[in-house]
Amino acid sequence: MSTTGATVKPSAQAAASRAALLQHPLVRPLGALVALLLVDAFLVPGFFHLEVKEGHLYGAIIDILNRAAPLMLAALGMTLVIATRGIDISVGAVVALSGTVSAMLIGGSEPTTPMALALAASLGVALLCGLWNGVLVAGIKLQPIVATLILMVAGRGLAQLLTDGQIVTVYYEPFFFLGSGYLAGLPFSLFVVAAVFAVTLLLVKKTALGLFIQAVGINPVAARLAGLRTATLITFVYVFCSACAGLAGMLITSNIKSADANNAGLLLELDAILAVTLGGTSLAGGKFSLVGSMIGALIIQTLTYTIYSLGVPPEVNMVVKSIVVFVVCISQSSEFKNILRRSA
Amino acid sequence: MSAVATGTRGVTSAPWFTSLVTVVLLVAMLGIGGSVYPGFLSLQVIFNLLIDNAFLLVIAVGMGFVILAGGIDLSVGSVLALSTMISAWLLQHAHWPPVAVVALVLLLGACFGGAMGAIIHLFKLQPFIVTLAGMFLARGLCYLISVESITIDDPVFTAMSQTQVPILGGFLSPGAIIALVVLLVAIWLAHFTAFGRAVYAVGGNEQSAAMMGLNVGRTKVLVYALSGFCAALGGVLFAFYMLSGYGLHGQGTELDAIAAVVIGGTLLTGGYGYIAGALSGVLVLGAIQTLIAFDGTLSSWWTKIVIGALLFVFCVVQRVMGGRSKQ
Repeated sequence: MSTTGATVKPSAQAAASRAALLQHPLVRPLGALVALLLVDAFLVPGFFHLEVKEGHLYGAIIDILNRAAPLMLAALGMTLVIATRGIDISVGAVVALSGTVSAMLIGGSEPTTPMALALAASLGVALLCGLWNGVLVAGIKLQPIVATLILMVAGRGLAQLLTDGQIVTVYYEPFFFLGSGYLAGLPFSLFVVAAVFAVTLLLVKKTALGLFIQAVGINPVAARLAGLRTATLITFVYVFCSACAGLAGMLITSNIKSADANNAGLLLELDAILAVTLGGTSLAGGKFSLVGSMIGALIIQTLTYTIYSLGVPPEVNMVVKSIVVFVVCISQSSEFKNILRRSA
Repeated sequence: MSAVATGTRGVTSAPWFTSLVTVVLLVAMLGIGGSVYPGFLSLQVIFNLLIDNAFLLVIAVGMGFVILAGGIDLSVGSVLALSTMISAWLLQHAHWPPVAVVALVLLLGACFGGAMGAIIHLFKLQPFIVTLAGMFLARGLCYLISVESITIDDPVFTAMSQTQVPILGGFLSPGAIIALVVLLVAIWLAHFTAFGRAVYAVGGNEQSAAMMGLNVGRTKVLVYALSGFCAALGGVLFAFYMLSGYGLHGQGTELDAIAAVVIGGTLLTGGYGYIAGALSGVLVLGAIQTLIAFDGTLSSWWTKIVIGALLFVFCVVQRVMGGRSKQ
């Protein structure tokens, strides 16, 4: 695509510095989030109002953050997978499996298994799922979408088999703390997200892991020839993604006080991919932004909240979401930028 | 010795080999079912497989073209739902004649798919994400029409639902016959037309196809339009079958269709396989369900697990053989 050389305009410098600021990867997602919040501030009375009730912080913002927690976790794991040029569409199935396992092990009002053990077991199931995906992608070298499709189909079937298709209700009080408890006035789920986010950020920024992941995403063959153990690395990101999904599954199960193998985490993988894309991570691999994915998850949840609070029927949600995806994807494509450049 | 080795290698890496494995698997499943459950191996049970899965066969045919061209279409399940919804609404509330309804729905499906294909081609976006957005859009539009399911009592649709066409001592539904006709046309399209050759070429290697002078963009748009058309036709058949329009119809159908295409022996990386594999793939999926239904002690959740296991086996086998044929 060679166009005739662009003519240099007098205001090129000012334009260049403005472009440099606008080129920052987080500008677009942050702008979208701020715009949404402003819309809410105008349309929803008392949107930014926070109050303390019984030592807990209440308000629309807290509500959005709390509800976005599982999506944020799933998006964190998905970011690293997408950064290696992969995709994991089994996230929803892993959510259903880990939620089911924790609910079944904890059981009624008196836990049949100690809670710590039950949580460890359901995390273990999630890790196994990730290992399975990782081995298929890195070991057998299946296309990521196919490899994870297998678990997407079979995982939910396994969860339904475990529960016989029934919803498993949990009555054990301490378990509810995970998804609906408060710590220092804030929802506990936010601390879970913050902890996972901090650990991931440290791993990616303070160790060479982030660089390795980028290298694999940009060119897997070159990365392997340069001496990276790409297979181990790719397996790791799938295990990490499933672990995040497993945690999200526990949060969801604890929040709704039951495990629903049929519906828990349904389409969560799509929302997670959407959050990652909105956050500016390229689906072609290589470039990724953890902060961007968090913002992306918040955009989705705020959008949902806005639609609900405007009294618009929730059905419109999907239409709006799809139009957002179309607009974001097209505006991020290099072809679109070329067209803009030519017309400017 | 080495001649034997190269001979077997030649056989296992031939494109028809995986498709043949599927047919053998299907025959084996029917055989086991027939020997274990009395009445399983009647002609009507096999015809019922076709009647119950006619819509899936049509969708899998469209998906087969997309996958052969190296893409994927996640929107087919929700386009199916949208088609049932539009048909039901136009018939029940706008009182359109059924022929006009079907024609409009098919046209809309083709346009919807074509538009996605155009976006994929023009902006060089991943088919996965564009059709994902299409999936949300179509599903959302269903609910904009109505959240409730709409019952269809149009006489033509009812007739299509209840007619039994006698064949070889059994009977088929008109829907199943339409699906078979679609399959035959698709086989002709894939293997005996310039369009079919272009699809295989684009799926094999897009750059080479472009350098050969093939119109890659036109092929891609047409392939997605064809898939959208098939999804809409699948929706019409589904409306014949269920006599209702509902936004939740066909949830997960896209995955069943992809599974059917893969089990039918088509390689997901594109350019390798047969459209006819869609039939054996769909019949294998149907046979799994029928076997589990006949057994009665197994819960229906096993269907998903078995389909997952089959997908796994087929993907790994294809992977191993794909690696060989490229060496």
